[in-house]
Amino acid sequence: MSKTESTPEPDLGEAGAQLSTAPTEERSNGPVGIGVLGWIRWFWRQLTSMRVALILLFLLSLGAIPGSLIPQTSVDEMKVADFQKRHDTLTPIYEKLGLFHVYSSVWFSAIYILLFVSLIGCIVPRTWQFVGQLRGQPPAAPGRLTRLPAYTTWRTDAEPEQVREAALAMLKKRRFRARISSDAVAAEKGYLREAGNLIFHVSLIVILVAFATGQLFKSEGGKLIVQGDGFSNTLTQYDDFRSGSLFDTEDLAPFSFTLDRFDASYERSGPELGTAREFKAHLTYSEGADGKPQQKVVEVNKPLVVDGSKVYLLSHGYAPTVTVKDGQGKVVFQGSVPLLPMDNNLTSSGAIKVLDGYRDAKGNKDQLGFAAFFVPTFGGKGTGATQMFSKFPAPDFPVLNIGAYHGDLGLNSGLPKNVYQLDTSSRSIKPFKDAQGNILKKLLLPGETLQLPDGAGSITFDKGPIKQWASFQISHQPANGLALTGAIGAIAGLAGSLFIQRRRVWVRAVRGDDGVTVVEMAGLGRSESAKLPEELADLAVTLIPQAPTAPDPEPEPSVVPAEGAEK
Amino acid sequence: MNLAATTNESLAHTSNYLIYSSMAVYLLAFFANMAEWLFGTRSKVARTAAALTGAGQQAKDAGTVKVEVATKNGGTAVLERPKVVTRSAAGTRDVPDGPGASGGDEKGDLYGRIAVSLTVLAFLIEFSGVLTRALSVQRAPWGNMYEFNLTFSTVAVGVYLTLLALKKNVGWLGLPLVTTVLLDLGLAVTVLYTASDQLVPALHSYWLWIHVSTAIFCGAVFYVGAVATILYLFRDRYEAKLAEGGKPGAFATSVLERLPAASTLDKFAYRVNAAVFPLWTFTIIAGAIWAGDAWGRYWGWDPKETWSFITWVAYACYLHARATAGWKGRKAATLALIAFGCWLFNYYGVNIFVNGKHSYAGV
Ligand code: HEM
Repeated sequence: MSKTESTPEPDLGEAGAQLSTAPTEERSNGPVGIGVLGWIRWFWRQLTSMRVALILLFLLSLGAIPGSLIPQTSVDEMKVADFQKRHDTLTPIYEKLGLFHVYSSVWFSAIYILLFVSLIGCIVPRTWQFVGQLRGQPPAAPGRLTRLPAYTTWRTDAEPEQVREAALAMLKKRRFRARISSDAVAAEKGYLREAGNLIFHVSLIVILVAFATGQLFKSEGGKLIVQGDGFSNTLTQYDDFRSGSLFDTEDLAPFSFTLDRFDASYERSGPELGTAREFKAHLTYSEGADGKPQQKVVEVNKPLVVDGSKVYLLSHGYAPTVTVKDGQGKVVFQGSVPLLPMDNNLTSSGAIKVLDGYRDAKGNKDQLGFAAFFVPTFGGKGTGATQMFSKFPAPDFPVLNIGAYHGDLGLNSGLPKNVYQLDTSSRSIKPFKDAQGNILKKLLLPGETLQLPDGAGSITFDKGPIKQWASFQISHQPANGLALTGAIGAIAGLAGSLFIQRRRVWVRAVRGDDGVTVVEMAGLGRSESAKLPEELADLAVTLIPQAPTAPDPEPEPSVVPAEGAEK
Repeated sequence: MNLAATTNESLAHTSNYLIYSSMAVYLLAFFANMAEWLFGTRSKVARTAAALTGAGQQAKDAGTVKVEVATKNGGTAVLERPKVVTRSAAGTRDVPDGPGASGGDEKGDLYGRIAVSLTVLAFLIEFSGVLTRALSVQRAPWGNMYEFNLTFSTVAVGVYLTLLALKKNVGWLGLPLVTTVLLDLGLAVTVLYTASDQLVPALHSYWLWIHVSTAIFCGAVFYVGAVATILYLFRDRYEAKLAEGGKPGAFATSVLERLPAASTLDKFAYRVNAAVFPLWTFTIIAGAIWAGDAWGRYWGWDPKETWSFITWVAYACYLHARATAGWKGRKAATLALIAFGCWLFNYYGVNIFVNGKHSYAGV
């Protein structure tokens, strides 16, 4: 297809120009003027051209792809670590290119920053131009109306002035902006299209600003809470915490809540047996330092909103209660230990650690560690590390498997240890042995006890309902309202920009050589307007009663304009 | 409870029967469409070549518009109807639209009508299939890829039939559409089939109705736009060849001659894509609001989110290209196809190959 110019009809001059505020495409091949200033000007003109905007948009979509295929630290750090372990050669390359954090990488930022600079550089002049167009008048009719995309003509006995006045009145009534200039009426409509387009692009900037503000000032942390326990919103209470670079700890809203109860229900029959149907975390929360306690049920799609922060339910699991006694028969630990789920049926694993207060049979200080596996519905013994597996996620037939160890658990060494894991590979930890010399392990039903050898103590899986835990994400992100405003503006602007047609209509009425008035009407829209001819015909039909057709002296003029139509 | 379960079970079976029946009817529609095209080969119209070589003068009359006028008093006054002469934008070829698949052949035309009737019938059956499915699971029928596929093809056919009912010149869409619908349904009932089930808690939200329904609708319309774009590319090449005095092959001449003019297809594709773009924008924003409710952040670069964004930017690219000198026509069309490719990948690729928070599509 041949190249078209950016003005819809190049041979129409003034009348065809400025039907939009799109920047005109100049094909300059180099800087105009001299020196640095010339180059800067050239560069700026390039950057704010439609062509470069197009290329940058394309690069933006291209650049977003790797982030969806390569694990991202901002989404899932575990996955990234896993990926890095498996790919020795790729990892350093990817790291150099920032491919593990594409959306905050230098090159991705460069693309969108350039795009937005281009956008601003484009919007500002377009806005002025648009304001100018709003103040100005529709351009006068071009010399030959026959060249326009839609054209009609007829002859009438009415006076030319009369026809023009009637056309002006009709067009104004149809909310065209219209004026008479010499022998023709010039009219234009659909300025809202341009306004919509500008609003859309401005809204994109608003969204970006809101998103950036949100990223810089946000805070987000996770907290696992066992049924009955509570949380108050201070930094030390979080299990993990992330924040934007401009976040200040002072910004944490003072509120607190406790997890009263957690309800889960699962599909009990059919092919989707065991699929979760409902999770409900019943909370009691209070706003501020000492607000009045209130109740709230938090579900997956229904967070608790308190003091501008939102508390989301993320996941859940079981926390069996155990009692540990030492060599002297003294209770050294009693509590519910959260175990992490390993599959959809909530086979869970974790560690129980007794660090202080334990003394062995001889009265010597030591530490105890238990590797715990828990299944809510015992499905028999499996193979491998899980040892046993769960048939169903609800606690129908709970069984706890305990492997017992003692020694220095290493928690005083200052190195961070995963609370949910017992590092049994460590030299300082020794397993208790059973009579055969194997690691001491036992399946416990509620109420059952595992005795440690040589009077070293015992661990009991306590009777009673198995407690559950729920983990929450507590996040605070400012400028959400601004982002929503931008989003609504974008859609509204876009709708205006794409659904409203900007078009011009001219009505020329002149006396022909034979003394009969010739009326010509023509319309010009953006190249895509399908309705323009129909609208023109519609307008003509409305006008004809005021300028009734006169008999043709000769066969009706066809496309080639009648001589009479020329001035 | 048990009684309800059995009715649901039987509704689910009914739904499956309906889907299979609709496939059978679509197959018949496919054959009828084929017959229309085959009988159409008998006609030997070469308007395009005539228009392109014959100075193009008489072709311009093709674009006149007539207006119906309702007289005010319901009287007998006959208003003269003006004849509006249209003229293509500068730089486009003045070529009349092809006569359609039947090529004006009487038998072909008959089969064309049969094809449309069968498509309407198949659409109704498929629609009932989706409806019974929804009733059987007692929720929106958009919980897994099987259901997406069903709804997707139903909506695509619905869009096509609506355009036909509005007297738009879209008959050429029939054969490609019915073919893909058969593929889509075939895939659904074999690879993607999922027995009716309930939703995971993350999907319990009225946003499911809003976000997923608009997403499916956008996809169906984008699909129609993509078909038009592909045909545009073929037809444009054909016209270009004719304009240069070349002689396209017999098959190309026979088939492409009957399609609408390249500029018509191009405009149609643009209108279709531009019309749903705001809705696609809305879909993404609705998704972001939902994500804000469900996961605590409205945007987290999850693969599904990322690909919606990529699709959006790609379509924005296409719309920009249409307004950029030197990028109209074939280049813009290529961008439109890339954009649709992104949409397809988001729909199938991300569900199947990439793991993210959105991975509950049942595959
Ligand atoms: C963040 C990046 C951008 C996005 C997502 C975007 C998106 C869009 C979309 C979807 C349209 C279609 C609306 C229509 O056709 O009326 C459009 C139109 C337009 N855009 Fe952008 N745009 C961006 C940046 C820019 C930049 C940097 C410029 C300046 C060079 C620009 C100038 C225009 C113009 C002039 C139009 C109107 C085209 C016409 O008159 O049809 N845009 N933009």
